[in-house]
Amino acid sequence: MAIELNGKIPDGPLEEKWDRHKAKIKVVSPANKRKFTVIVVGTGLGGASAAASMAEMGYNVKSFCIHDSPRRAHSIAAQGGINSTKNYPNDGDSVWRLFYDTIKGGDYRSREANVYRLAQCSASIIDQAVAQGVPFAREYGGELANRSFGGALVSRTFYARGQTGQQLLLGAYSALMRQVDEGGVELFARREMVDLVVVDGKARGIITRNLVTGELERHTADAVVLASGGYGRVYFLSTNAWNSNGSAAWRCHRRGAAFANPCYVQIHPTCIPVKGEQQSKLTLMSESLRNDGRVWVPKTRQDSLANAHNIDVSKRDYYLERRYPSFGNLVPRDVASRNAKMMTDKGLGVGPEPQRLAVYLDFRDAIDRLGVHKIDERYGNLFDIYKEITDDDPHQVPMKIYPAVHYTMGGLWVDYNLMTTIPGLYAVGEANFSDHGANRLGASALMQGLCDGYFVLPYTIGDYLGSEELKPVKTTHDAFNEAVDSVQKRVNVLLDSKGTRSGKARHTVLELYRELGLTMWDNVGMARTEEGLKSALQKIPEIKQKFEETVFVPGSSDSFNKTLELGMRVHDFFEIGELMARDALHRDESAGGHFREEHQTAEGEALRDDEDFSYVAAWEWKGEGKEHELNKENLVFENVKLTQRSYK
Amino acid sequence: MNLTLRVWKQDGPDSAGRLVDYPVTDIDPNASFLEMMDILNEQIMKEGNDPIEFESDCREGICGTCGLVINGQAHGPKRAVATCQLYMRDFHDGQVITVEPWRADSFPVIKDLVVDRAALDRIISAGGYISVRTGPKPDANATPIAKDKADHAFDMAACIGCGACVAACPNASASLFTSAKVSHMALLPQGQVERSRRVKRMVDQMDHEGFGNCSNIGECSAACPKKIPLESIARMKREYLRAVVIPNDAS
Repeated sequence: MAIELNGKIPDGPLEEKWDRHKAKIKVVSPANKRKFTVIVVGTGLGGASAAASMAEMGYNVKSFCIHDSPRRAHSIAAQGGINSTKNYPNDGDSVWRLFYDTIKGGDYRSREANVYRLAQCSASIIDQAVAQGVPFAREYGGELANRSFGGALVSRTFYARGQTGQQLLLGAYSALMRQVDEGGVELFARREMVDLVVVDGKARGIITRNLVTGELERHTADAVVLASGGYGRVYFLSTNAWNSNGSAAWRCHRRGAAFANPCYVQIHPTCIPVKGEQQSKLTLMSESLRNDGRVWVPKTRQDSLANAHNIDVSKRDYYLERRYPSFGNLVPRDVASRNAKMMTDKGLGVGPEPQRLAVYLDFRDAIDRLGVHKIDERYGNLFDIYKEITDDDPHQVPMKIYPAVHYTMGGLWVDYNLMTTIPGLYAVGEANFSDHGANRLGASALMQGLCDGYFVLPYTIGDYLGSEELKPVKTTHDAFNEAVDSVQKRVNVLLDSKGTRSGKARHTVLELYRELGLTMWDNVGMARTEEGLKSALQKIPEIKQKFEETVFVPGSSDSFNKTLELGMRVHDFFEIGELMARDALHRDESAGGHFREEHQTAEGEALRDDEDFSYVAAWEWKGEGKEHELNKENLVFENVKLTQRSYK
Repeated sequence: MNLTLRVWKQDGPDSAGRLVDYPVTDIDPNASFLEMMDILNEQIMKEGNDPIEFESDCREGICGTCGLVINGQAHGPKRAVATCQLYMRDFHDGQVITVEPWRADSFPVIKDLVVDRAALDRIISAGGYISVRTGPKPDANATPIAKDKADHAFDMAACIGCGACVAACPNASASLFTSAKVSHMALLPQGQVERSRRVKRMVDQMDHEGFGNCSNIGECSAACPKKIPLESIARMKREYLRAVVIPNDAS
């Protein structure tokens, strides 16, 4: 049975939809709010802001995080900035322009109404953050400073040095901790959501694993909000944190929530290149560096081993400036990444032999123009990070950079209210699919997480809580028992594998995780082909089977056990990876970050097929061992005209 | 590189701990310290034994999750970095490296190198915020803030909450951590309204958690991955005194 995908887009002109919707939806009275309990899973920008805002309104909120503290959520690592339509630089920015840039940047694969609302709320986010004491960068006159990011011709990005995510998260975290103090939020740290509990077709609770004692705990609620981030770590190597994972979302998917556009993955163009087989994660160099840094490779392969500063300007190819004169180095991420790959595929890369997988990001001209002091003020901490990792000083030699997995645009399908296909289950931030289409613009993830959490969900959840009849549910309900049993079975798969029982590792979790990651990167990465995707669909289940039979997980399930935690997440990654490959194979077009080599323009740009693929692919779980079913939400564009994206 | 790791192993908060020697072989000098620990754990598990439990997350020095005392120093021998930003090229072949958890009564050991730092969250919960609700706010540019003041507030707000200051302090004081948040907010106009209440509640909570007092040794600042200066503790003490002398919040 197919899922009904009703986006619940409000009627009326684009600019009035959100106001009209807010005027129409149900409001829960202050006296009744305290009767409702809402579970929020995750404490990043989306989760912390949603939990704090709902508690302020009067709801009982239970907040869960897998870390020892809510402040560690991976939003903390976002560097460059947050977009907003404030138009302080007076360069002609507007709600319409941010909306248009985002729709176009996403290669026309997102919903108009959601994106417009995001642009409308973006100004309030900056006001809110400043009121919380977030120390954004300022000019000498005391006003807020802005810089430029990719895919835009205006400077609309607010920042706090290269630590914008940290400062915004600490703002949301402080609001959350205030509610903990006031009793509105009950905080559960070191808890991992391992299943969703659905009663009478509605989300009514979760099962968590206490990561210290291993106990499986039952929590009831009237609604569940998933703010658990993306699934980029399916590739093993990525800029995502070690604990980031897709399991909470995947468990919801298996309980009936449709998973939308899983193949849309952002490969960020400016990361520090892979340096060896022992590497555990990749580090991003903020997109803001492309404000002043110039990307180039030598024109000939002979020169690619020479010392960069000895290569004469006439022998350098500033390929982004050459190919995209109006956007130059600030083209969107998918375009910049693809171009870097084109250069290294031609053998013009500058990394270590034999692959030479890197291009230059050069600050020499910017330092000549602005001086070292100004450059350090803008990017000092990024230069420090680069030097710590590579032992090279970007003041002296150009950075070497290469694309790496960074963000997933796909996620749980949600309607305009951010509700998934399971009534009472919501998804915010990177965990949902809603706003970025096939490619997210830089500095828009922080904007979306906070927009969802501060300004959208706290209103829209009232519409559900105020209109549904929610009978009390006990943790002894059969649905809870069944969920706990199913989690226990999954734990036992790892603890009873032949690898574990033999007492000696046949394969460690990391060995098989790396194997999955490489398969994903090679076949479901920056360039995809029918042949490669079919081979991934064959290989992934094979590795999964090998994992189930031979993996070694030490220790027990009733204690602190990092290997078991990781093992359970990797176990889910096999299924997530498989669905990503299936989605990528079915989407027989190129769009944004999804680049099918079969579909490109003569210049090598992504070639969409609007006739056949202008829809959201929402995949439905049909049961263990059965194929997913594809459901389609057609994308309707009433306000923008679909064209081939051009940044020339 | 070949090394010997002398690692603290402890089953739980109430168990006795001990140092255990592990040989580690074939390490790339460009591997990070935590990657070296991963490799060691892989070697241990290949033999069917229990790995060394330690924590990390972002592995780029911003989340504050990792934290090891390496050869007696919180976050190891290099200044102004977190443990995850140490590289093996900072050590030498054949070295014996001692690895221990943060040591403080207020940070009970959970297992091996993992400690419970929830006390730091409770200090923030006691007042490390500006009490504003989500909702309409004045325009962000309505109150100009001098650039040097905003920059200074940022320097204080850069704290990652790792707890190295506590681990480095002979008194296990959380003064640098607490003062960083007190300073961040005391420096900004938004933070003025609750200035007295904030510092009193946070300092009281810090004492309540059992952290020691500051005696101006300065190890905290030397170990801090974000270079929070000792000056912030002086500011906290001044703010506290001010709050006691002028009990209402009018500033």
